[in-house]
Amino acid sequence: MFTRGSLVPAEIYLNVAASGLLTGLVYGLMALGLSVIFGVVRVVNFAHGEMMTVAMYIALVLFTAYGLDPLVAMVPIAAVLFAFGYLLQAGLINPFITRPEHSQFMLLVAIALILVNLQLIAFGPDAQGVHTSYSFDSYALGPLIIDASKAYAAIAALVVAAALFAFFRFTLLGKAIRACADNYHGALVVGLNVKHLYALTFGLGAACVGAAGAMLMVVIDVTPSIGPAYTLLAFVIVITGGMGSMPGALLGGVLIGVTEALGGLLFTPSAKSMFAFGLLVLVLLFRPQGILGKKTA
Amino acid sequence: MAALLVVDNVSKSFSGLRAVQDVSFTVPAGEIVALIGPNGAGKTTCFNLIAGVYRPDQGEVRFADQRIDGWRPDQICRAGIGRTFQLVKPFAGLSVLENVTVGALNASASVPEAQDRSKAVLDKLGLWSKRDRTAGALTLPERKLLEVARALATGPRLLLLDEVMAGLRPTEVNTMVSLFRELNASSGLTILLIEHVMRAVMALSRTVVVLHHGQVIAAGTPDEVTRNPAVLESYLGEEAL
Amino acid sequence: MIKLLLAGVPRTGLLMLAILLALFVALPFFVSDYLVTVLFLILYFAFVGQAWNIMMGFAGQLSLGHALYVGLGAYAAAALYVHFGISPWIGLWASMGISAVAGAIIGFLAFRFGVGGVYFAILTIAFAEFARIGFDHFTWVDGSSGFFLPVANYTENDLWNLRGSTRMFYYLMLGMTVAALLACHALLRSRAGYYWLAIRESPEAAQALGINIFKYKMYAVVLSAAMTSLAGVIFAFFYNNLFPEQIFHISRSIELILAPIIGGVGTLAGPLVGAFLLTALAEGLREVMLQLGVDVPGVKQVFYGICLLLVVMFLPDGVWPPLSKLLGLDRKTPDREG
Repeated sequence: MFTRGSLVPAEIYLNVAASGLLTGLVYGLMALGLSVIFGVVRVVNFAHGEMMTVAMYIALVLFTAYGLDPLVAMVPIAAVLFAFGYLLQAGLINPFITRPEHSQFMLLVAIALILVNLQLIAFGPDAQGVHTSYSFDSYALGPLIIDASKAYAAIAALVVAAALFAFFRFTLLGKAIRACADNYHGALVVGLNVKHLYALTFGLGAACVGAAGAMLMVVIDVTPSIGPAYTLLAFVIVITGGMGSMPGALLGGVLIGVTEALGGLLFTPSAKSMFAFGLLVLVLLFRPQGILGKKTA
Repeated sequence: MAALLVVDNVSKSFSGLRAVQDVSFTVPAGEIVALIGPNGAGKTTCFNLIAGVYRPDQGEVRFADQRIDGWRPDQICRAGIGRTFQLVKPFAGLSVLENVTVGALNASASVPEAQDRSKAVLDKLGLWSKRDRTAGALTLPERKLLEVARALATGPRLLLLDEVMAGLRPTEVNTMVSLFRELNASSGLTILLIEHVMRAVMALSRTVVVLHHGQVIAAGTPDEVTRNPAVLESYLGEEAL
Repeated sequence: MIKLLLAGVPRTGLLMLAILLALFVALPFFVSDYLVTVLFLILYFAFVGQAWNIMMGFAGQLSLGHALYVGLGAYAAAALYVHFGISPWIGLWASMGISAVAGAIIGFLAFRFGVGGVYFAILTIAFAEFARIGFDHFTWVDGSSGFFLPVANYTENDLWNLRGSTRMFYYLMLGMTVAALLACHALLRSRAGYYWLAIRESPEAAQALGINIFKYKMYAVVLSAAMTSLAGVIFAFFYNNLFPEQIFHISRSIELILAPIIGGVGTLAGPLVGAFLLTALAEGLREVMLQLGVDVPGVKQVFYGICLLLVVMFLPDGVWPPLSKLLGLDRKTPDREG
């Protein structure tokens, strides 16, 4: 490994950090889905990244077949993923909520294994991407040069995240779901249909990752093999930010996005995810509840 | 008689809440001492401080003239204190014999020796016929017995019993009481028990320590304690009304 | 010694084991090279499954990064052989040592800081990923372009340098699998075995009974890691090429744990039964696809996924526990009401 740091002027650092921040917001939205699911259903979605690549492939097909911009297609894609998530929870995972932790984990490992290889069968192993009209546009902001694609994707991520925050804070349904998360038996006693609410939550988490997948499609190429990689990335982000904490997921996303971007610049790009894992190990050891997570006794 | 266990001015708080405050009492070797008090009085916290689950914020715990506060639970067990849990924690997937053998290994050089030791304990507690059952399939009274059997198998000098008679039928309580009496008489086993079943407390213990709001409010013979107005007011009064 | 190893196994079980062993010894004389490779794979997965089972099945610590130890073991022995001509029989000690140290580091960090359950599983994945990316840039073993062992057409089996025919590797693997089975059987009957099961079932109760749970969890990780790395040595010398991208990959870690999960976590026969079922079914599937003229990568993995899904859903204890009951091999005598 060699260092290129000394040769790189300061603006480049700034540019790379800004670009990492924007990508990080999309990562944050993806991880938000994982965090919401864990926070309420207490299940770790090991198929998270694989669900995201499903969304990316749908975006790809809609773009190549109908010329639909992924940032527009985001809405129907999120809806499809919502339905998928709802059915998955209602059909497969709900019977598992009283099973031991590792048993739930293995169920989702199986689902992940099936999803990623179905994608391999359907789309092949090669990387595929989309080229939108704004693929090569950029904005100059003082010394910063910002990719239009990344900027749009980041804005979309912020909008979706804000909508989700609002849903949980202000709607009756959102409050009911939070009640389930706080006290499962209490929620049962007051007559909430917990299984339905769990399924809704999983659906919402899946919709988040679906929207994030559509957004990422304008930034990166998709191959089936990035699914497991993004599952891991989502874990890293959520554990860093704090499992079950919604602001934590966004913060973690940004942190990992910037860390990866700078790591890629300072060392070789292929080693960039090492920095993310380094961060994960540090957090697990010294602040296992995550940066914004609540400490459990 | 020499004190086997000395709890000396021990305090423990959880996030600002004082669960146990300046608690002191002693358990003389060969005695049976009962720790009583209303729910939330800090009895189980006291046990956990002795057994090493928690480290006291202040004060000392001495066992056989050795400071043991701050030791890990396994070190305390090896020092000679066996304990049961209020909410029983059987090794649900293992057989009854295997459960007890795990405990017996603490005091045995080899697995066969531990198995022999387990057989003796299970015989004494009337569980030998159930040795091949998985612990998860036992009834609650059987699980309570298993909890005692496992702790006994570790070869303790002091046995901490946390509400082992709760939920038992009167005849089962009688059996347990005579069992502990017999253990105490025959092998000089020292026992400290938390118990809500007053009949058992009266029948077993020569000394009773009463906890209320994390503090010792009375100590003495069962007779003295039950006549103590402070106890009547705080504990018996509360329960009787 | 023999008596100790066979204690507690029912007579019918012993008989079946003997028949099975005889079958495994005799089969290569009657079947094609290809089938020997398939049998080799069954034994390979049974062996690593057994090693993983020590950690998860016995001590209850879920590792999803066991590819790390396969990879470290493979690279260590292969590098010593290629760079210095050191025989794998000596290199394997380096393999086991390095993997044991890696396991000890992960275990120490996790168990000292109270990282458990799913978090522990993710930590194990993180370390495997670390190794994958690290080895991509590790030029001494040719980084991401892959590390190759010299290959020639071997007319004679050179056991000392592990250069030779599939059949040689097969018998070696058979020996290792039998040894692993016996070792695990003995371990379960030892103090450590009892303590591991106790820790798996209830760490608090185990600790209250005098068990130093940190120490025994460390034993499990270190032993499991060292044993897994032996499979890595065989892997390196059998396939003769190593790519960080493959050997440390998360999908390899998952592949390793399928056999014991399908066979039955925590059972001795589970890894072998699971490996047999999985490999046999996968080969059947391959045959069917060949007949149909379909050649698509990923089908086998989808099939694995479905098998795993079905087992996790409908046979949460794996195939072996109900199967052994069916064969009358379960050791515990069910006592009637009494």
